[in-house]
Amino acid sequence: MSKRELHLKIDELKTSLGLVKGLEISIGRIFEETWEEPVGPTPFPGIADLREWDRTLLRRYKPFYMPFCDVCCLCTFGKCDLTGDKRGACGIDMAAQQSRIVLLACCIGAATHISHARHLVEHLIGEYGRNYPIDWGPEVFIEAPVTRLVTGVRPKTLGDLEDILDYLETEVTHLLSCCHTGQEGDNIDFESKVFHAGMIDQVGMEIADLAQVMCYGFPKADPEAPFTEIGLGAVDPTKPVILVIGHNVPPAADIMDYLMEKKLVGQVELAGICCTAIDVTRYNTAAKIIGPISWQLRFIRSGIPDVIVVDEQCIRADILNEAMKIRAPLIAASEKAMHGLPDRTEDDPREIIDDLVSGRAPGAVILNPRKVGEVAVETALKVAPLRKKFKVLPDASELVEQAKRCRKCMECTRACPNTLPIPEAMEAAAKGDLSKLEALYDLCIGCGRCEHACPRGIPVHSMIVKAADRKFREEKYRIRVGRGAIRDTEIRTVGRPIVMGEIPGVVAFVGCANYPGAGRDIAEMVDEFARRNYIICTTGCAAMSAAMYKDEEGKTVYEKYSGIFDAGGVVNCGSCVSNPHIAGAAIKIASIFAKRNLRANYEEIADYIINRVGACGVAWGAMSQKAASIAAGFWRLGVPVIVGPHGLKYRRMLLGRKDRKEDWYVYDARTGEKVYVGPVPEHLFYSAQTKEECMVMIAKLCMRPSDTTKGRAIKLTHYIDLHKKFFGRLPDDLHLLVRTKADIPVTMKDEVLEALEKAGWKEGEIGTPDPTLVKRLVGVWYKR
Amino acid sequence: MAAESWQRAEIPGPKKALVMKDPKVAYAMIKRAKHPVLVLGEFADEMKVGDGTLVDYGASLHKATGITVVATATYVKKLSSLGVEAPWMPLTDVGNRLVDESFEGFDGRGVHDLALFVGFRYYSAWLILSGLKHFAKHLKTISLDRFYQPHASWSFPNLRQEDWERYLLELSNMLGVSG
Repeated sequence: MSKRELHLKIDELKTSLGLVKGLEISIGRIFEETWEEPVGPTPFPGIADLREWDRTLLRRYKPFYMPFCDVCCLCTFGKCDLTGDKRGACGIDMAAQQSRIVLLACCIGAATHISHARHLVEHLIGEYGRNYPIDWGPEVFIEAPVTRLVTGVRPKTLGDLEDILDYLETEVTHLLSCCHTGQEGDNIDFESKVFHAGMIDQVGMEIADLAQVMCYGFPKADPEAPFTEIGLGAVDPTKPVILVIGHNVPPAADIMDYLMEKKLVGQVELAGICCTAIDVTRYNTAAKIIGPISWQLRFIRSGIPDVIVVDEQCIRADILNEAMKIRAPLIAASEKAMHGLPDRTEDDPREIIDDLVSGRAPGAVILNPRKVGEVAVETALKVAPLRKKFKVLPDASELVEQAKRCRKCMECTRACPNTLPIPEAMEAAAKGDLSKLEALYDLCIGCGRCEHACPRGIPVHSMIVKAADRKFREEKYRIRVGRGAIRDTEIRTVGRPIVMGEIPGVVAFVGCANYPGAGRDIAEMVDEFARRNYIICTTGCAAMSAAMYKDEEGKTVYEKYSGIFDAGGVVNCGSCVSNPHIAGAAIKIASIFAKRNLRANYEEIADYIINRVGACGVAWGAMSQKAASIAAGFWRLGVPVIVGPHGLKYRRMLLGRKDRKEDWYVYDARTGEKVYVGPVPEHLFYSAQTKEECMVMIAKLCMRPSDTTKGRAIKLTHYIDLHKKFFGRLPDDLHLLVRTKADIPVTMKDEVLEALEKAGWKEGEIGTPDPTLVKRLVGVWYKR
Repeated sequence: MAAESWQRAEIPGPKKALVMKDPKVAYAMIKRAKHPVLVLGEFADEMKVGDGTLVDYGASLHKATGITVVATATYVKKLSSLGVEAPWMPLTDVGNRLVDESFEGFDGRGVHDLALFVGFRYYSAWLILSGLKHFAKHLKTISLDRFYQPHASWSFPNLRQEDWERYLLELSNMLGVSG
């Protein structure tokens, strides 16, 4: 948005209209005059406003491109071959094209969250009015830290959120326009725009969660948020079951309201998949979570759901086909995903229910959440006795017969994202041994591509699920529901030890369920780092996967560890749109602990975070465009993100080079001197190929230049210990991470010193300045 | 022997790997290279070749030819026990080093002109090799994995397990690995 060409501050002005006091204006915006904190340099930033900060990051963390496609086919000049040095008809080269595609993905992701927020806010304003006050919860005084940081305003009512959404929608439109043929041509400028998309995405998500937390009464910054059940075994299949899928909670909340109004809670099951599941359990813990996005096919085909309600995002595009197979009516509750169904929003609910129950209509679009509540419940009650849990999973006896039809052509394996050895499992199953099919269940991401690839029409996915029938039906775990924001008081407690490095890091496990192996990898990583006293945050599908594994004592990580944002805590913040609470915690450390101004002061706070806050995101199963934009929001803020192997398909990583000393200098904020601080954090966006590699890298990416010797020693202890545990020897880069002998973990002193000596390490070569990457910030904080 | 991507939807091109229908091509390329490197993938200690795994195979190549070996997963200790002190480096870092013409090499002896990849998850190698194809003009790449990798300079076609093992063993024999 064009603004700040004029910035006017008036202490007192007498006019013919009256007396004006304490007015501050940027073009297009009127800033609140009662807020003591001054407006920082970048309120409502446009595309170019944080470009220099982006370029600072990108000079250190350069893109490493891995094109998914050699050509560009976005306009009628093409297809254009961009291999090597070639340029397309428009002049674009391969590097810029890759960044352009990343920008497109991030625009889609950001637009999806912003649109989600817009729908929520409009709906809730309709219910509660524009003046409904924002209450983030107890001991949260810096509410909406991301919004404050980016825009410079602090929303106080639902209506205020609309104004911020106007800004976000403008930005995403500008960004999307940059992808058009004949616009941006420089890869680094594309990358800067990617960061911008990520930043506005964070604001959009924060607004969505802010609105739903305050209006629906979700837990408000509550470390003692209640538990609910997750897994197919959590649902009583003898009852009518309503399945909700998606991310936008109003229809699911209205289903719960209707159940309560009619005193049907306990008689009808409300269960969810993906983030709607997380959010409806924040609304009422009587609802159940089935599992992550990849549980759609397996749960639907089990025949247990009697009615399926979809809102928006992460819904299978073939949901209507799957619903029809089990004779379950489908209700589409969002205009974004109507699945070809007729719009029945204005129809009498009784007529809709009759049509759905009788099977005259396979489904209906109903864009009124309250009406969805009534229709879903009444339809489930009536259709359940008729359907009799009609399923499309084969019977046990059919498994062997179907397996015998397999000709081992390998087309299923060649279609499988994880190249699972399906033909081998079929061969064993044909002989009556189902163990290999069952073993595939944990590794299957539930996409169903195997079935479409099979030339003989063998229902491969259904067979895997059926072979694991007992395991599948017994899945029942406990998860703490999403707690929302982090309290300021929690930040006060942990701010210093995080910045000093004494709490070794904050690790966020987020994102989708496109795992390279079993989802239990998430639970194992969470357990490993919680045990090591890192602070663990979870959101979305990763929060669910973390819950779907029990230790020897039968406890999930949520039962085993506290929900407090403190060392050794496992903090489920909520759904995808709760991710900004994690970013917000990092921002609040800068504000509460270090007293940095937050308001519209993005660059300074991001500079603080990358140099001082040992935080790292892990999106082990990142799949979507939303995951891309969420990651981008963390990059600009200076938080490194690790993705799993499938994350390579995002086409480029942002990688540091620890072997290039010149890349790792910062300014000493006291003196302005340039000081070498070693490669910390080494990468900004990085794909690990194995769980072990990921864990070692998490420990490493939590190191920061500001670590005290005690803090660095603690971080090195974990890094070295994990490295030795998995790789059987010391890391080969200790000479780049140990600054003085005092940094060396006491229990490892001899072996580390020996390794340092071999590497030619010199004490003091790596400095410990008051680090900043931004020259203009030299001396500023000391003057303040 | 088809020169088509193993994962069906991974449609490559226009520039695709030349197919090595015979391990002699790999042998010739290795012999011609000034500074080759063998990059072992995350599955190298799970993939069987002859009586051992690809890790054993890599160690034997190193001993016979002196080729630099880089490990991308946890079997570095096993390599060490086989007498090969290979660096461990994450795959993304390996790719990012190899695109750099000024890189001083995994062994400190200068930039590599040939990189051999084996033991990888199919799509991971697919993407890293794509990065190298487009951005590392100084480098030739060979995929020794069982399935065709279109972004390498040269690749085996899709092979049956026994044919693949035979190719690898023929290659090692040509390079002087004894029985």
